[in-house]
Amino acid sequence: MPVVWLILIVLAIAVVGYVLGRGRALAGAASEHVKLHSLPSYYGSNVAMKVAVPAFLIMVVWLLAQPIIVNNSVSGLIPETAIAEGSSRGLVLAEVRRAASGLDNAVAAGIMDEDFARNARADFNDITTRLRDAGQIVTSQITQPILRAAQEYRILNSTGRLLMTIAVLLAALAGAAWGILESKPNFRARNTVEQGVKALLIAAASIAILTTVGIVFSLVFNTIEFFRLYPALDFFFGLTWSPTFSGRGGNSELGIIPLLWGTFYISFVALIVAVPIGLFAAVYLSEYAGPKVRAVAKPLLEILAGIPTIVYGLFALLTVGPLLVSIFGPDGVGIMQAGTAVMTAGLVMGIMLIPFVSSLSDDIINAVPQAMRDGSYGLGATKSETVKQVILPAALPGIVGAILLAASRAIGETMIVVLGAGAAARLSLNPFDAMTTVTAKIVSQLTGDADFSSPVALVAFALGMTLFIVTLGLNVVALYIVRKYREQYD
Amino acid sequence: MSDTTLSSPAASDGKDSSVPQKTSLYKEDALTKKRNASEKRFQAYGITAILIGLFFLVVMAYSIISEGIPAFTRTVLTVEFTVTQEQFDDAEGQLFKTRAYEGVFTEAMSQQFQEKEIAVPFDITAIERIVGKPGNTIRQYYLANPDQLGEPVEFELAASSRVDGYLNGRLTRDNITDSRFLMKSDLDLVDVLVEGGIIQTVFNWPFITGADSGVDNPGGAGIGASVVGSLFMMLVVLFLSLPIGVAASIYLEEFAPQNKFTDLIEVNISNLAAVPSIVFGILGLAVFIQFMHLPQSAPLVGGLVLTLMTLPTIIISTRASLKAVPPSIRDAALGVGASKMQAVFHHVLPLAMPGILTGTIIGLAQALGETAPLLLIGMVGFVARGYPDSFVGGFLDPNSAMPAQIYTWAARSDFAFYEKAWGGIIVLLIFLLSMNILAIILRRRFERRW
Repeated sequence: MPVVWLILIVLAIAVVGYVLGRGRALAGAASEHVKLHSLPSYYGSNVAMKVAVPAFLIMVVWLLAQPIIVNNSVSGLIPETAIAEGSSRGLVLAEVRRAASGLDNAVAAGIMDEDFARNARADFNDITTRLRDAGQIVTSQITQPILRAAQEYRILNSTGRLLMTIAVLLAALAGAAWGILESKPNFRARNTVEQGVKALLIAAASIAILTTVGIVFSLVFNTIEFFRLYPALDFFFGLTWSPTFSGRGGNSELGIIPLLWGTFYISFVALIVAVPIGLFAAVYLSEYAGPKVRAVAKPLLEILAGIPTIVYGLFALLTVGPLLVSIFGPDGVGIMQAGTAVMTAGLVMGIMLIPFVSSLSDDIINAVPQAMRDGSYGLGATKSETVKQVILPAALPGIVGAILLAASRAIGETMIVVLGAGAAARLSLNPFDAMTTVTAKIVSQLTGDADFSSPVALVAFALGMTLFIVTLGLNVVALYIVRKYREQYD
Repeated sequence: MSDTTLSSPAASDGKDSSVPQKTSLYKEDALTKKRNASEKRFQAYGITAILIGLFFLVVMAYSIISEGIPAFTRTVLTVEFTVTQEQFDDAEGQLFKTRAYEGVFTEAMSQQFQEKEIAVPFDITAIERIVGKPGNTIRQYYLANPDQLGEPVEFELAASSRVDGYLNGRLTRDNITDSRFLMKSDLDLVDVLVEGGIIQTVFNWPFITGADSGVDNPGGAGIGASVVGSLFMMLVVLFLSLPIGVAASIYLEEFAPQNKFTDLIEVNISNLAAVPSIVFGILGLAVFIQFMHLPQSAPLVGGLVLTLMTLPTIIISTRASLKAVPPSIRDAALGVGASKMQAVFHHVLPLAMPGILTGTIIGLAQALGETAPLLLIGMVGFVARGYPDSFVGGFLDPNSAMPAQIYTWAARSDFAFYEKAWGGIIVLLIFLLSMNILAIILRRRFERRW
């Protein structure tokens, strides 16, 4: 039975339970001549809650756990000898899953009957040709162990599904019975329902923690796996980045230094563009501009922040890159080979960060107390002198925080560098050379069908871990500075 | 400047005017001059900074529009002719069937030329270079609609992307090189056909409604299928992030006690808001695909990843709008006997709803344009050739999304796809713009100031 139907059935039981629970509470009150403790709808909600919450909980846990259990037991069926040279258990398992889904589709299309698909002794050559005929993708000849594993996989999966359906329906019915029996007039239904709702609220709030845990776990486990295959020292201090996909990445050199250099160089260029422009714009908007100018200029600048980064990436690749080549390229100054370069990506990223820097600094400058400005004017200072000697020093920690936040944005930015910075990892000082960044390499190592057992793909997780730690560090420091500064004037 | 302001009351007084002064306060001395000049300069820097920002905005808008508009037009060659039953049978009987139809087509073309009194020599190979191989299109049409045989039918044949490029100025006579795709001499024929109204530029509906084409056919590529993919993704994001986000904000704003657990949640939310989007992509790849074996490239997975990404945004804006509801509302509700839960759900939440919806729409707009996480869960590198065939399939079948589709086009080597990428950006920006306008209207209409 598809999951959608199961969900609908549980919901239907919940609705019926609602009606029954509400009715029973009302009937009880009428016959015993007492007042209900709570509004009638709470009795119904109590039943519905007891139907839906445990049933859906069981369903979600089951759906998450079943693939893991099935995979483990199927994986045990594959003998070491069935794993070909240069392959891995993971790849064979993927093959098994493909074969199983091929069988499923063939059965659904009516080309095989269920018995044939389940028959362990079926001729595997025959199965392969039949699957091919059915238009299923079979990458290679299905071998006996794979076929056996695929059949076992299908059987385990369908039994698991059946058990889940039964468990979920039982839980729903039991919940309904429990809730309906409780629905007596003196039952404190509102308190129960409110407790349940509060638990749901807490669960929703905990998703933020779960997400962080998920990020950390997915990074940590794969990173550890990577360091088992590739020495950590070579990764952190290697000066060359040249992954080779042949030989399962055995002789790749995966040093992070060139990537970090590209990342920081591009971010530096971006900040050189964004910080002065953003800061001056913020000072002008908060200290000089009249309300009319402010009302027009501020939203217009903030449009820049709302444009998706893919648009900036395309802008870098197709507009800024060719423009820079025509000036600095072989026909002009002659120091730029191609449109993709540090300068291209940095410049465009700088444009993207202008509104980020300006709106953050704007807030911080506005938080400087008016008394400090008045004091400065009273001493005869001009506006610019006040800004330079009073406001900016007072706002400095906050502005530093804003710049750090912008830097963390720049380091984590992906699409602009993927399209605008080039793919060659090199250590160079020339800003018109193509370089590449941590984020761009994560994309290139993990796009497509990644095989999670080779260091060439796993390195992306180590890169992600580095990126995560660097940006997190910058954010924590920046938020600390901003918060500390804010408290000063509160 | 400040010197002059200080002096003005004294001057307007007129009492001290009899006292002789060595220098007038109105006359700038050297230092004042310098300070005023620096003041002017400083102000000019500020104006320049803002103008630079706006300049970039204008340049971007200009390049998007000027490069993207051609994607919305296409060049078609309109020919009206009749295929009789005999001609059909004759053609179907031959070995090279499409070639036979091309003969019919060429005949019809020369007839039309005569009617319009156009005298230009042409052969079928030149026509093939302009419209591809028309024979097959014609054959397919009659095979599908045999009842049209003997009736005059108007065919709109799509011109090749190079002819398209010539007509919208991407290619000129100077930069074109003779190849098997287009010869310089063909351009004369094109010019004549344009003059005669046979080749026309029409609105490119297939771009809006179509699906992606292979790498060799930029003319047929459309964004429709990926718009549908994005739509399904946004449905997932909306139905997960709105309830979860609102529930989390209600807990944090109204119920959470001051303790370590609450602090932990708060720190997590503010940090998640600043985690680079690509890290969410890694999370999606590792958890949803590697661990849970959800299908790759599915809008469901994309939606889940984007939900996790937008949650912090939605939580932050929802908390702000809950905070904006004055405590007197809560006090009044509690005062007439409502429980805390009732006060929040019956009174505070409805009042905060416009703000929450505005924040949600802005969060959705952000999610709609996000590309990097989609690259990691496999929404690139394949050709999204069609629409999903069912509602559930819309969530689970591999599909592209608008930004991923734009990236795919931008990464292809054929220049004709760049035009499609710009066109795709215009479509994407139209969606974003309308969502933001909707958010602004909601805010203007329903926002209450207490």
